[in-house]
Amino acid sequence: MIRLSLPLRQALAKLTLPVLFAVSFGVVLLGRLDVQVGERARSSLADALAPVYAAMAGPLGAVRAGLGGMTGVFSAETENARLAAEITRLRHWQAVALALAAQNRSLKAALHWVPSPAPEFVTARVVADAGGLYARAMLLSTGPNHFVRKNQIVLSDGSLVGRITEIGSRSARVLLITDLNSRLPVLLVGGHGRAILAGTNGPRPRLIFWSGTAPREGEQVVTAGIAAGIPPDLPIGVVHYTAHHIPEIVPNADLDRLDTVQIVSGGVDAPAVSTPSGAGPG
Amino acid sequence: MVELGPAPGIRPRPSLWRRLDSLARAAFPVVCTVLLLLLCNAPFGIPDQTTLAPAVAVVSVFFWTLFRPAAMPALAVFGIGLLLDLLGWLPLGAGVLTLLTVHAVCLRLRRGLARQGFLIIWAMFAAIAAGAAALTWLLVGLLELRLLPMAPALFQALLTTSLYPALAIPFALAHRELAAPEQA
Repeated sequence: MIRLSLPLRQALAKLTLPVLFAVSFGVVLLGRLDVQVGERARSSLADALAPVYAAMAGPLGAVRAGLGGMTGVFSAETENARLAAEITRLRHWQAVALALAAQNRSLKAALHWVPSPAPEFVTARVVADAGGLYARAMLLSTGPNHFVRKNQIVLSDGSLVGRITEIGSRSARVLLITDLNSRLPVLLVGGHGRAILAGTNGPRPRLIFWSGTAPREGEQVVTAGIAAGIPPDLPIGVVHYTAHHIPEIVPNADLDRLDTVQIVSGGVDAPAVSTPSGAGPG
Repeated sequence: MVELGPAPGIRPRPSLWRRLDSLARAAFPVVCTVLLLLLCNAPFGIPDQTTLAPAVAVVSVFFWTLFRPAAMPALAVFGIGLLLDLLGWLPLGAGVLTLLTVHAVCLRLRRGLARQGFLIIWAMFAAIAAGAAALTWLLVGLLELRLLPMAPALFQALLTTSLYPALAIPFALAHRELAAPEQA
């Protein structure tokens, strides 16, 4: 060990903080100039932590479910009444849907309709919130040797929740549709207009730049399928106008409580992803 | 571990165990902060859980810089900030600069502030927490080249301030016992 004189040591101690400030400006510059550096560091950290968090998710989920069950007891009666009403409503819609499906089938048969291929997917567990203060994202544990690629679409119960933005060797980050940086071309089902779905970091993303007529309240919104890698006609949510008359989307998926999600590995224009089974369902 | 009072005068010989013990005590603040940061990102499913890690980092850096600056050196603050940036998906450098600023301000205020009562320190911390939240907001906005909503920064400042007593009390206990190298 080198012995330094006291004044020199004091001078060095005084210099540490300014030097570290300079280094952090260097870090900022590095992060701006080379996005890859930060991404790689984050991915390797996420890779290291994903198995730990995945192992914790089980017991923590049980605790959460237990606590939820305890509070649920108090609202059981009103919840039952609400569910009974909803079942009646859904029975009606089921009958309508079955009739429409039959009609749709016969019309498609009459027109010799070429069906778009059903999306292939893999399922992954959500292990952590990867959003931070000013972003809406989540971390998936994918396990080693996964076939997840950047820009793939992520679904929950058949509804779109986001896209893959970063991948590590055993984890992947999903940017949710509510994130400030998320932009997605969508199709308004009722009026057949197109629009861009833009996240705001709030719970509901907004519709901007729509073509044709303005979006209608309650209109279904699906993916447009004009961007590479996005299969068409995946449901996203329902149009809802705010008090300030801004069209928003109420997402079908509950974005705050996602446990497992599906990553769509094939799309219309997506490069063919080699799955172990080969071709997969047509 | 046998507790020996910090009596002046004759000290026992620095054996290997004694040195390890004093090293562990000196490392306690930083190690504790890093573990807390990792724990804050665990899947608890708390709404707005992501605001927790930056709040814990600011409280931790403030407290240890104020009461035991030798155990929270600038280099450690830099490392904690980098970890915060990586874990919290902030643009690289935003967390580092915020925490280093908190550290620097705290070092400057240290002499007068450390002798004050809890409430005065808490009030001072509220101002620093607000400043830190504003600085993070500004840095992230500058680095991402967009005007960010103010609400998360405000919430961040409030959460950090209200988290202070919850962390400062166990920290103060640790400060006297666990993290005191002179008790090794």
